[in-house]
Amino acid sequence: MLTRPPSWQRLSELARNPLQAFALSRNNVELWANLLIITFAVVFMLWKGATFAVTLGTVFAIWAMLSVSLNLVVGFTGLLSIGHIGFFGVGAYTVAILTSTTAYENLRTGAIPTFGWPFFAALPVAAIAAGLVALLVGIAFNRFRDDIYVLVSFGFAIISFNVFLNLRGITRGAFGIHDVARPQIGSWVFDTELELMLMAMALMVIVVGISWFIVSSSFGRVLTAIREDEQVAEVFGYHASHYKLAVWVISAMMAGVAGGMFSSWTTFIDPNSFILLESVLLVSIVILGGLATIWGSLLGALAFVLLEEGMRFLPFLPQEYVGQARQVVLGILLVLLMVFRPQGLVGRYKL
Amino acid sequence: MNQPMDDNPESYILETVDISKHFGAVAAVDGLTVSIPRQGVTSIVGPNGSGKSTLINLLSGTLPLDGGMVKIDGLGLSTIHAYETPDHSITRTFQEVRLFDQISVLDNILVVLTTRKLWPSLFERTRRQHREKAQEILEKVGMWDKRSSLAMDLSYGQRKLLEIGRAMALNVNIYLLDEPFAGLFPQMLERVKDILKGMRDEGRTIIFVSHNMDIVREMADHLIVMDGGKLLLAGEVEEVLNQPEVISAYLGS
Repeated sequence: MLTRPPSWQRLSELARNPLQAFALSRNNVELWANLLIITFAVVFMLWKGATFAVTLGTVFAIWAMLSVSLNLVVGFTGLLSIGHIGFFGVGAYTVAILTSTTAYENLRTGAIPTFGWPFFAALPVAAIAAGLVALLVGIAFNRFRDDIYVLVSFGFAIISFNVFLNLRGITRGAFGIHDVARPQIGSWVFDTELELMLMAMALMVIVVGISWFIVSSSFGRVLTAIREDEQVAEVFGYHASHYKLAVWVISAMMAGVAGGMFSSWTTFIDPNSFILLESVLLVSIVILGGLATIWGSLLGALAFVLLEEGMRFLPFLPQEYVGQARQVVLGILLVLLMVFRPQGLVGRYKL
Repeated sequence: MNQPMDDNPESYILETVDISKHFGAVAAVDGLTVSIPRQGVTSIVGPNGSGKSTLINLLSGTLPLDGGMVKIDGLGLSTIHAYETPDHSITRTFQEVRLFDQISVLDNILVVLTTRKLWPSLFERTRRQHREKAQEILEKVGMWDKRSSLAMDLSYGQRKLLEIGRAMALNVNIYLLDEPFAGLFPQMLERVKDILKGMRDEGRTIIFVSHNMDIVREMADHLIVMDGGKLLLAGEVEEVLNQPEVISAYLGS
């Protein structure tokens, strides 16, 4: 069944009759999930104060870009990829290498080329680099589908991590790259957390806007048809592998942008940010929020960030277990969701 | 006797020349040469496993040809890609209904109407003419009221009708329908018959697989009888059905 948001007239009617409104919405999981997560986010931010809220906003914007872009591939096209973090990494490393100016010659770890580009010049290159990698990988991946697709994308996540770790002449391996440039317009450097959050949010809005533009176009409808039955979509004249490749490259470019923003925000990156686990968490977010819904991915990312940051403040949980505990909680959430609500919090499409 | 019509190639819209398809050691279609007349309704009959569905799959590019050639409107092809079949003015339905299950009924039709060019499709929104065409099709198959349901929530008969509607939306000349009448209750059956008759009267070529000889007699102009992946007989319906070989091999009485 399709659910549409009610009209304003209907809403004002319900507002005057709260009991009826409650009775109607009691079983609306979607509505409650939205209310709960957003209320929790607001309360949490008010409680922890502005600095914390700003950091939370930045982290959310980066995860949201990743989950929305991954949803184009996983939710709308039906290609379950767990290699998305690789494109995030390509974007992050591209921006880091192009903008970092640290004179590594003085360090024993060996020199890497430095370019000293500004952030805004490096960011489009990051998107293009991620897109190019995706194009090459995608041509190979187009031979596979379903379970095998998961495996080869898994392989891509592993390979990309190992490239970041071992291509020392370019990435400095485990030592990572320092002094990634902050976004800068003229002499205005975005070096406060607030400016960076706004920058990340602006990029997120662009990514969400493009995603919305794609899924509401004829192209988007063809993607869902390919997801449902690739062979039949071909019978109706759509060259499915071209469509899959196109959306794969677009999605990777978005992840590349998110990666560029991430490396500029942290100013330091090393391969540990791009491990397979992050990719798995990302897929979990997309499934948690709901496949084939952009709003779901945003909500999923928000829920995840709240979970991730919120668990730090649980009084009974020692700090050193926070990292593991949130994986456990997310895992349990995912299992419960698969059993009771396979379409995710706000989705319609079932895996 | 095998070919009822004159030898003018213009009278055939679809010809197969010695085509074959093997699944392991099994020859599903074995050196089949058959011609399908332009316009009118052609029915393919034959016992189970005689290669009827495989023939449809080969003609629609759903399965690759192992050998031989298909002439579509005079154009000889030894490989048919599924995504090219609309360009050859061919579309099909499936024996087991294959809809785009988790999208709406309306989207199932709209997806057929929009542009096939990848880059322009990114900038194309659903236009009014798409919507009107979709409405026309859905009203024809009696599914307009169901337009916002997911295709997976429809009943079997409705799914069958929607699949035929989706094929109609493509507006091509050759329709390959794999058992369009199977499993329908009488009311739906009449509806499908009416739709196909309407398409025939528009001058399209309809090729359907069926096991129901009453429907074949009623609907078809031409008949192709297959057995063991080979052509047994082809010709005008009554002519073929009166042949003793057909009566013994297929009709069994």
